[in-house]
Amino acid sequence: MIDVSGLCKSFKTGKTLVHAVSNVSFKAQDGQITGLLGPNGAGKTTTMRMLYTLMQPDSGSVSVDGFDIRTQANQVRQRLGVLPDARGLYKRLSARENIEYFGRLQGLAEATIGQRIEQLSERIGMADILDRRCEGFSNGQRVKTALARALVHDPKNVILDEPTNGLDVMSTRSLRKIMLNLRAEGRCVLFSSHIMQEVAALCDVIVVIAKGTVVAAGTADALREQGGSSNLEDAFVKIIGTDEGLML
Amino acid sequence: MKRWLTVLKKEIIENLRDRRTMMTTFVISPLVGPVLIAALFSFMLSMERERSEKLLELPVVGAEFAPNFVSWLEQQGVKIQPAPANPEKAVQNRDEDVVIRLTPEFPEQWRRGESAVLELLFDPSRQTANQTVGRTQGLIEAYSRQVGAMRLMLRGVNPEVARAVSVRALDLSTPQSRGAQLLMILPAMLFMTVFMGGMSMAIDATAGERERQSLEPLLANPMPRGEIMFGKMMASTSFALASSALSLVIYLVGFKLIPMEQFGMSLSLTPISCLVIFIALIPLAVLASAAQTALAAFSKSFREAQTQVGLLMMIPYLPGMLLAVNPIKPLLWYYGVPFFGQIFVLERIFRGESIEWVPFWIAFASSSVFALITLWFAARMYHRESLAVSA
Repeated sequence: MIDVSGLCKSFKTGKTLVHAVSNVSFKAQDGQITGLLGPNGAGKTTTMRMLYTLMQPDSGSVSVDGFDIRTQANQVRQRLGVLPDARGLYKRLSARENIEYFGRLQGLAEATIGQRIEQLSERIGMADILDRRCEGFSNGQRVKTALARALVHDPKNVILDEPTNGLDVMSTRSLRKIMLNLRAEGRCVLFSSHIMQEVAALCDVIVVIAKGTVVAAGTADALREQGGSSNLEDAFVKIIGTDEGLML
Repeated sequence: MKRWLTVLKKEIIENLRDRRTMMTTFVISPLVGPVLIAALFSFMLSMERERSEKLLELPVVGAEFAPNFVSWLEQQGVKIQPAPANPEKAVQNRDEDVVIRLTPEFPEQWRRGESAVLELLFDPSRQTANQTVGRTQGLIEAYSRQVGAMRLMLRGVNPEVARAVSVRALDLSTPQSRGAQLLMILPAMLFMTVFMGGMSMAIDATAGERERQSLEPLLANPMPRGEIMFGKMMASTSFALASSALSLVIYLVGFKLIPMEQFGMSLSLTPISCLVIFIALIPLAVLASAAQTALAAFSKSFREAQTQVGLLMMIPYLPGMLLAVNPIKPLLWYYGVPFFGQIFVLERIFRGESIEWVPFWIAFASSSVFALITLWFAARMYHRESLAVSA
């Protein structure tokens, strides 16, 4: 479970202070898919980066399975599987070596790593690329490898930043299936997207972010009600106030 | 397995698969010093040969005005050349190193016992001509002294009277010290290898990972950033040391092939002294890698990292350049300055003198402390929030 409350983060760009995230709060429950929906530049990536301890929040708190990101960063990292916006594979290593590397850094035993790779490769459908060097992988193959790498330590919580970005229809469909599987296994899945349909189709709970703050949160039905429209997409646009930076 | 060792292993495997890194670490970096020194030696060798063997050819303008002088020159083994049409042009165009010009006044001055004037045309800014000019001036001086002495004797005066002071030069250099003087550049070359050997990996492991956006997922792993940095830094240190070891072996073999006796010097490089040099280089390799890693973490992009780390390579040359301008005898505290101290340590080894262990360990310990400070600084750079987020 991921519990976010009152999260704030600002950056100095030149002389102006940009409030990238201001007062973001939400809860992502186990066994649910929670979606962060918002236009590009709404602060989704910054929020997620704070969750996986890459950045320190200015104020507010985050706990992952009860562990605080400031004081117990290592426990938090052990409980998180992270697929960042940047997939960043080592292209001179094979897919298997990429996954093994992260497994070792997570402190897993060699035997465990081997087993996990077999399981993940079957579940994600990447047996054919497992022993190929990542140089020249397609976007879909890259996401699969990065996902397997993020899941190697069997984390209870999974964070995916714009996971379907740049994927073709086939890869997108298989990724969605994987996410549903993760939910079925009882994991807490948190993912961000600017694609309204995707969020509507997958999420149990939707958190709508615009200009660094949460403007609405709840189930699809609750959001339809809040937006005053039976069409979820129309409701989103109404809640955010603009359709700029969003996609159907 | 310790986690930083996992990082180290991964960096080494990844970089062993990169042809460009392999080229710089195991070919260019260890070879650049030996090749430069070999070029220098062969240049000196040809100069030396020229000095001792080459016939001195002198164009003389107006040779008919001083037939005795000219025939004396010929007795000294000088080959008199016909005068060029335009002597000034000939020197300026580098057709001739030096031209002697005798004027019609010469015989008259000579007869009257005045100091007869001859003109020597040369260009002092031309280093390569200095040899010939020096030899020519020496010959003219010798002739002048010889004739002057005879004139004094004719007048019943002891020629010694005209020489109030005479110099007797005593050359106290030993063959080793002559060699080491030349090989002052050897420490600088070794420092360069230390810097170059790990440079490519240091940039790749930090700035390269950020550019390829793999640093962000890496930092999401449950290990302190300082430990990740340490693993990467040790990986580039190991490459720097491997490169240096290879370079030392090349020197060891190379110096056996160079005919040192030709230069009237001997250079002492044994497997044992190579090992001592290698130990002296270890803290410097850590220092260099830590500084490179810190800079790569500090820079905003891969290109910026390349530029900054490249500039870093100037640092080990500064003490060498200082010493070239102003050679000094080492005080004990000099050994405490990284690179500076090692120059004196290495120089002593190259001279073939016994190693003074106290300064050796002072240099080693002090450089290690500097390396640790730089390491701490690199760890701080790794904790910056902007590290993982590529520009």
